[in-house]
Amino acid sequence: MPRFDDIVADFKFLDDWDDRYKYLIDLGRALPPYPEEFRDEAHKVRGCASQVWFRAREEAENGRKTLAFDGDSDAHIVKGLIAVLFALYAGKTPEEILAVDARAALAPLDLEGHLTPQRSNGLVSMIKRINEIAAEKR
Amino acid sequence: MSLDVEALRAEFAILAREAYGKPLVYLDNAASAQKPRAVIETMTRAMETSYANVHRGLHLLSNEATGAFEEARAKVARFLNAASPDEIVFTSGGTDAMNLVAYALGAGEIGAGDEIILSLMEHHSNIVPWHLLRERKGAVLKWLDVSDDGEIDLAAYEALFTERTKLVAITHMSNVLGAPTPAKALTDIAHAHGAKILFDGCQAAVHGRVDVRAIGCDFYAITGHKLYGPTGIGALYGRKDVLEALPPFRGGGEMIDAVTTEAVTYNDPPHRFEAGTPPILEAIGLGAAVDWIEATGLDAIVAHENALRDHALEELRALNFVTLYGQAPDKAPIICFNVNGAHPHDVSTILDRSGVAIRAGHHCAQPLMKRLGATATARASFAAYNTHDEIGALIEALRKTHMMLG
Repeated sequence: MPRFDDIVADFKFLDDWDDRYKYLIDLGRALPPYPEEFRDEAHKVRGCASQVWFRAREEAENGRKTLAFDGDSDAHIVKGLIAVLFALYAGKTPEEILAVDARAALAPLDLEGHLTPQRSNGLVSMIKRINEIAAEKR
Repeated sequence: MSLDVEALRAEFAILAREAYGKPLVYLDNAASAQKPRAVIETMTRAMETSYANVHRGLHLLSNEATGAFEEARAKVARFLNAASPDEIVFTSGGTDAMNLVAYALGAGEIGAGDEIILSLMEHHSNIVPWHLLRERKGAVLKWLDVSDDGEIDLAAYEALFTERTKLVAITHMSNVLGAPTPAKALTDIAHAHGAKILFDGCQAAVHGRVDVRAIGCDFYAITGHKLYGPTGIGALYGRKDVLEALPPFRGGGEMIDAVTTEAVTYNDPPHRFEAGTPPILEAIGLGAAVDWIEATGLDAIVAHENALRDHALEELRALNFVTLYGQAPDKAPIICFNVNGAHPHDVSTILDRSGVAIRAGHHCAQPLMKRLGATATARASFAAYNTHDEIGALIEALRKTHMMLG
C-alpha cells in the first residue's frame, strides 16, 4: 500500500481532474481483495450511497497494538477513497487513529466537495466508522 | 407548433452558467426542473407589489394577495381539468399530498385489515405514508408487480382486489422507468370494486396532458418544482364529493369555521386542508409556471421531449457498454441506465466533472430497484430546454467514463 504522504505528493503532481480520478481508481484497484465472509450487513458502513464494507484486524507490532483494515465498495471512486483513508490510518494504534484530524490531513488532496457531510459518497461516514472501530478497540 | 429551444433557453438564466469551466448540461430534471424568468419575476413582483397574508386581512394588499393566490388555484385546476378550483388543495409538494390523503383516510375510512394496493414502481413518497398507515392502523399493503419496462398487467391488477380493498395508490408515471400507467383503466377497475384511487402525478403532469375528469380518479398529486415552478408547493386534486367527506389532516388557522374552548367546526374544502398561512408566494409561482407551460405549449414541449428521448435512446443503445432500464414505447424522457462495470456514482461523478448533471442512486424507489435486480442506476432526464447537442455531450462524457473505469 502506498504511503499517505506519497499519495498527497502524487495528487499535487496531477493537474487534471480526470488524471486524479484515474489515480484514485487505480489506488482502489490495488487494494487487497476483501474477505468475502465479511461482506455482510454487520460490516456495511452506513451513510454511504454506494455499498461500503469495512473490517478491522488487530495487529501486534513491536509491542504496539495497531489496527489494520480491509475494505471494499461497489463504486470505483469510493474504493479509491477507501484506499486513501487506509493509507492515512496505516500502522496506527486506536489512540493514534482517534487523534488524527482527517479533514485537515485530506485537505491537500482537494477532493472537491467529497468531504462535505451531505455528500453521498460517504467519505465522512467512512471516517466516522473508522473512529468508532478505533474507540471500540481502544 | 414547434419549440424554439434557443429562445426558450434564454428564459432560464441558470442554463447559461458553467460547471467546472464547461457548459452546464442539466439532465436531472426528473429530480427538479429549472425555473423560467416568468416564475421568478412573478414571485418577486408579488413580494414587491402585492404581498400580505391571505384571506384574513380586509385591506388592499391582503385582498390582492388573496386574489393572486386563489387565481393560482384556478390555474392549477384548469391545468388538470378539475371541475372547480375547490377541488385543488395546495400542499408543500407531492409527498405532502400523499401524506395528507393517508392521514385523512386513516382517521376513519381505512382501518385494521383494510387493504391498499400499491405498485412495485412507486416512489418512496407514495410508499412510506402507507407503511405508516399500516403501522398506525393495521392496514394491509398489497403489491402489484410491473414488467421490466414498467407496464401493468390489468388482469393481475384486478386479481389483487378483495372486499377489503379501500384504496389504490399508484404512480401515473414511474420516476425510474418513465413508463406511464393506464390511469383510466386502473381507475375504472378500482371503482368497480368500490375502492378509491390516488395517482402520484409528480412526473406525469410534467410530460403530458393530465385530465383528472377524463381519468375519473379520486385523488391526483402533483409537485411544483418539477413543473418549472418553485419548491415548497404542490397540489392535491380531490374530487369534490371525496374532499367533502374527508376529515382534516392538520389543525390550525384558515382550516376552521369556528373555534370555541369546547369544540371546533371545520371549513369547507379546499381550505379545510390548508392549516396555517399557506406558501402564498410559492402558490403564485406555481400558477406562473402553469401559465408558462401553457404559453409555451405543452404539446410542443412533449413533442420536443419525445424527440430527445428517441435520440438519446438511439445513441445509448449504440454504446455496447451501457445497460438501459425501461424501454416502453410511450415512456417519458426519463432514462435510467448503467455503465457496465461501473457504479452509477462513479458515472455521475465523472459526468459531473464533464459538466453533465445527472442523478445516480436508487431514485427513492428501492422496491423497484430490487425488482429490476439493480442496487442503483444512473438517470438522465430531459426537459423542454434540453437540446440534441446536449445528448452529444452526455454520450461523449459516457465514453470518457467508460474509458476511465472500463
